[in-house]
Amino acid sequence: MYNAMDIEKIREQFPLLKQQVNGKSLIYFDNAATTQKPQCVIDSLNHYYTTMNSNIHRGVHFLSQQATNAFEESRKTVQNFINARHMHEIIFTRGTTESINLVASSFSKRFLKPGDTILISAMEHHSNIVPWQLACEERQAKLKVIPINPDGTIIFSELQNLLDESCKLLAITHVSNTLGTINDIKKIIKTAHAANIPVLVDGAQAISHIKIDVQDLDCEFYCFSGHKMYAPMGVGVLYGKEHILNELPPYQGGGEMIKNVTFEKTTYNELPFKFEAGTPNVGDVIGLQQAVKFISEIGYDNISAYEHDLLEYATRQLEQFEDIKIYGTAENKASVISFILGNIHPYDAGIILDKLGIAVRTGHHCTQPLMDFFRIPGTVRASFAIYNTKEEIEAMIEALKKIKLMFA
Amino acid sequence: MKTYQESTANIIKEFELFTDWMDKYNYIIELGKSLPLIDEKYKTENYLISGCQSQVWLYAEYKDGRVWFTADSDAIITKGIVGILINALSGLSPDEIINADMDFINNIGLREHLSPTRSNGLNSMIKQMKLYALVYKTKYESSR
Repeated sequence: MYNAMDIEKIREQFPLLKQQVNGKSLIYFDNAATTQKPQCVIDSLNHYYTTMNSNIHRGVHFLSQQATNAFEESRKTVQNFINARHMHEIIFTRGTTESINLVASSFSKRFLKPGDTILISAMEHHSNIVPWQLACEERQAKLKVIPINPDGTIIFSELQNLLDESCKLLAITHVSNTLGTINDIKKIIKTAHAANIPVLVDGAQAISHIKIDVQDLDCEFYCFSGHKMYAPMGVGVLYGKEHILNELPPYQGGGEMIKNVTFEKTTYNELPFKFEAGTPNVGDVIGLQQAVKFISEIGYDNISAYEHDLLEYATRQLEQFEDIKIYGTAENKASVISFILGNIHPYDAGIILDKLGIAVRTGHHCTQPLMDFFRIPGTVRASFAIYNTKEEIEAMIEALKKIKLMFA
Repeated sequence: MKTYQESTANIIKEFELFTDWMDKYNYIIELGKSLPLIDEKYKTENYLISGCQSQVWLYAEYKDGRVWFTADSDAIITKGIVGILINALSGLSPDEIINADMDFINNIGLREHLSPTRSNGLNSMIKQMKLYALVYKTKYESSR
């Protein structure tokens, strides 16, 4: 497993982590919201805008060809990264939210009829709830929800019951952003497929922690964001199986996505361009390729083992407080820990942690229905990445001791 | 009766005593404890100021030409911050409240709470207090 020296070498690649915040060395524990960027990603953005910037796929000039090649090379890298069968099954979006909205809009136009249902789980992020609500409203369909156990795991028998004939799609998260639960996604997909129901997986929180093989998972759609996996903000991926993507109507109209346009009729371009209307985010897509390389060089085995160790350590340390309540106690968790200390409001704890240079997320984490389930206003959430250390966790524990004294 | 200038000058003076952020926040926590609490019957959805992370209930009464505020919050720092606003504005005339520039917030180093993030409702609190003042002015003073 990675030792302190290995981690120190990784940390050195992240210039932002060297900062002081409120006079203290920054401790960045908000990685589930967004990760920091390694120098290679920052350099690639700089390199793109310094040497290559131009519009892609149309220009015959040198720069355009260079940028087009780099852009398509990035698509190839992502294809290999998640083991998609075809390169054109990788669609670049703005992020997970846009990927889900794309499917919610196009899939429902093609397949959703009045009385049908879309199935989600009780632990979804708002971005895997609201797009489906909008689609269901428009099509007079129903949104149904798989309930969860108090430990933050899916109630599997309920999932099976809800996969009935009315169900047209299951949209479910791979990893809960609030609880850290890693769903047994392969088993869930298999169960849905046994009932002939396609599956969309929200992989936003999984992608930086778990090796994804979309052919092995066999899901119809897999969505993730670049910025949660060390890549720039504003770029994301929608993976979709070729045959189903071909059946869906376009999401947005514009340049790039067309084959022929007359005022009477437009024919659409092939995959993946059919779903990439307008000028894409070329620079950030190229940056994403660097982030994939960064992750691949470390390797998911090392990442998972090291982050799991951090999670275990943080859990044990937090459990020293007798009045701590940890939300999300599934056996299989990503490096996310949500808690409330005594009766201290998460907002109060968050303000003081910030004053001590520790960045955590406080609030409902865009999972209000989940907060209602636990009957709490929110939690403090610490989420760890490959560059975090046990010393930083110890500093957070010391800070929480101070906070307890302040709010006693 | 104190004017807006007097009450805010007082707040600034209090805060000048603290050089350490920890002391400042301890003071805010203490302020929260002496907040004129809202009557339990008003702790409903109607009196809730929507902020993303903590709940704040605010109520105002009009007596003899002046507006008096009461409030509560489930977060202690927020309670202290409402307390500061109430110390500044409660007991003033509707016109004084409507015209208050609220600049003192910068002087006491709580500007960060004014940032347009979704995490706090300071802007919404001020807006709501001014709205109360405007409503009472219209209701009781427009015929003058």
